[in-house]
Amino acid sequence: MGFKRVPQKYSASINEVTIGVGEKAIKLGGENVKPLYSFDAEIANAPKVGAEITDEGYDRTVASLAAYYEGCETIADIAKKAAAMPGADFLAVNLEGADPNGANKSVEECAAVVSEVAGAVDVPLVIIGCKNADKNTELFNKLADLLQGKNVLFVSCKEENYKNVAASAGLAYNQKICAESAVDINLAKQLNVLISQMGLKPDTYVMNVGSAAAGYGFEYVVSTMDRVKDAALAQNDAMLQMPIFTPVSSETWSVKETIVSEEDFPEWGTRDDRAVQMEVSTAAACLAAGSNAVVLRHPKSVATISKMIAALV
Amino acid sequence: MALKGLDIFKLTPKTNCKECGNPTCMAFAMKVAQGAVPIEKCPHMSEEAKAKLSEATAPPMKTITVGVGEAEHKLGGETVLFRHDKTFVSKTMYGVWVCEGCFDGKIDAIKAVDYERIGERMYVEMLNCKFTGDAGKYVELVKKADAAARTVILDCDDTSAAEAALEAIAASKPILNGANAANYAEMSALATKYGVVLGVSGANLDELHDTVAALENAGNKNLIIDVTGADIKETFANAVEVRRAALKNQDRTFGYPSIVNLHDIAEGDTAMQTALASVFTLKYGSIIVMDGMSYAQALPLYGLRQNVFTDPQKPMKVEPGIYPLNGADENSVCVTTVDFALTYFTVNGELERSGVPMNLLISDAGGYSVLTAWAAGKFSAGSITKFIKEFDIESKIKSRTLIIPGKVAVLKGELEQNLPEWTIVVAPNEATGLVPFMKDYK
Repeated sequence: MGFKRVPQKYSASINEVTIGVGEKAIKLGGENVKPLYSFDAEIANAPKVGAEITDEGYDRTVASLAAYYEGCETIADIAKKAAAMPGADFLAVNLEGADPNGANKSVEECAAVVSEVAGAVDVPLVIIGCKNADKNTELFNKLADLLQGKNVLFVSCKEENYKNVAASAGLAYNQKICAESAVDINLAKQLNVLISQMGLKPDTYVMNVGSAAAGYGFEYVVSTMDRVKDAALAQNDAMLQMPIFTPVSSETWSVKETIVSEEDFPEWGTRDDRAVQMEVSTAAACLAAGSNAVVLRHPKSVATISKMIAALV
Repeated sequence: MALKGLDIFKLTPKTNCKECGNPTCMAFAMKVAQGAVPIEKCPHMSEEAKAKLSEATAPPMKTITVGVGEAEHKLGGETVLFRHDKTFVSKTMYGVWVCEGCFDGKIDAIKAVDYERIGERMYVEMLNCKFTGDAGKYVELVKKADAAARTVILDCDDTSAAEAALEAIAASKPILNGANAANYAEMSALATKYGVVLGVSGANLDELHDTVAALENAGNKNLIIDVTGADIKETFANAVEVRRAALKNQDRTFGYPSIVNLHDIAEGDTAMQTALASVFTLKYGSIIVMDGMSYAQALPLYGLRQNVFTDPQKPMKVEPGIYPLNGADENSVCVTTVDFALTYFTVNGELERSGVPMNLLISDAGGYSVLTAWAAGKFSAGSITKFIKEFDIESKIKSRTLIIPGKVAVLKGELEQNLPEWTIVVAPNEATGLVPFMKDYK
């Protein structure tokens, strides 16, 4: 008698958003099935994996990262090396040093780093701002101008600064932007509506519906993504059909499991291993819940997750 | 799929006789629909109606119990595909794949991972014993695995070896994962004889479905479905199809817990196994078998599992008490926040990063976040004062400085009145501001 298959293909689909230009440009979204359900229908664009560097390059206290980037002297070298990670589809530059509560690097300093990076690589670029919304507004305005024509994704704009970011990076400079909200489907939808009312077309922005490291309230991430994808596909809610972009590494590299030293927790093993496993586990869970792109720092994580996506899609 | 209250109401006598203990037949029907009372409570229901209802109201996925004593676990019994629809009930179990040659090399590392996180013991719950051809050696292996106080999975499709293994450890209620289209009748007879759960596999979903149906017809409904396919893609498709068939498409034949064997589809690739175990924890693996479980793998995986299997209606709480951080002693300052697990972990992480020794005081705030708990009256000057008295903080800690969350700065005055010996300090509103704040404070 056999098993009666009931493929769950939807008539609605996720928006398709292009990042970058030329041959290496990538497309996010476009699918009309639940995350990774390639057995229901072909997935238009497989989820993408980005390699992340910061304004300082990389974390030199992690031995295997230092080994990977050995011989890199300038930020351009580091960017090239990161973009060349097997499995990396795009390069993300995290400008965490711009935070006024941290190193407080000026917009000019950040622009110098970004232009050096942009000159060194031809892969799609993603600019990740710091934790301060006001600083990001200033930063994105400058960088969107600097990177004109490169079709860069700016991560992220929030409720506090979406007007400025959408108007400048989105409308004036024709870049892509990411709308960030904190693990709540209603907040995500509201911000998307506000951005669309600014005149941005559906294929010009993506969303970060919030993320967390595995073990740190990840149930909210799962349920938010589950509900967002259900609304987008089953209920054809156009204001939730943006692809989901998740900067995984910024979460996982700051949790206790990743940062404590091996001397303090000898039974936990090396920091290198812990950093990779935490990053890989969180990224895989995000992809299973609905992310269309994840950002990772460690070359081993990038290789593993891209291999997993290739095996599933 | 459960019937609606109205459908059940149509089958009742509609006399409102109250013999079932409910005021009206309608009220009774509503309770039956929710699963609160069994249909048999109504003495006037016809046999035909009862049969129809018990079939329709039976759970779509069976709950299967394996192991005994400390190693007893419940699998399955899920009613929804997504946790926000209600809740997931039986958390995923993690097992490690062992064989005669590798058992001794693996067991110490398996036992080393055993810790507690928010009141839950985190350890490898199961050992998957692979049969490699020698029945005598296999019995030795399963005895050693059984002695490790884990639920044993007999990964063995050879009936005579399986019988020898069951003869040795049947009392511990292992899982016999060995039935397939060719041997299911013999395997089922063995599982029934020894009273253990039978794992069923198939070359594809059609064959698997037919084998399970044949086993059910023969009267064996104590089953687990091995969804492991030829590769990663097929295994994921199987896991989703089986669960979706049972919970969404009313296909009861697939209404059993699942087992996913990552050794077979990602052997030797530790990071890939962590990634896949995370995917299958979300998407429908009741048991996940891996090549090993290091601390580095366990930390994210068990955390993820704990998150995903919490009931959305009940927030995760940490135990009230004193949590010394960064080598704090009785002279270190006190910091307080609520017992909501997410708040605790976020605050705890930031405080640890500051490197400043301090005593984190967690009082019972009903598992709510700071503002919610404050609004509900569960995190107030009164509750903090009560906690300090009840836990006898003043004799345990000499410091008389208490740092409170910025969001409840309003409590400062009242706390100073309640605790005249104490200096009350207000921290920033957000956890992200704690590191610079604590460093400056020191």
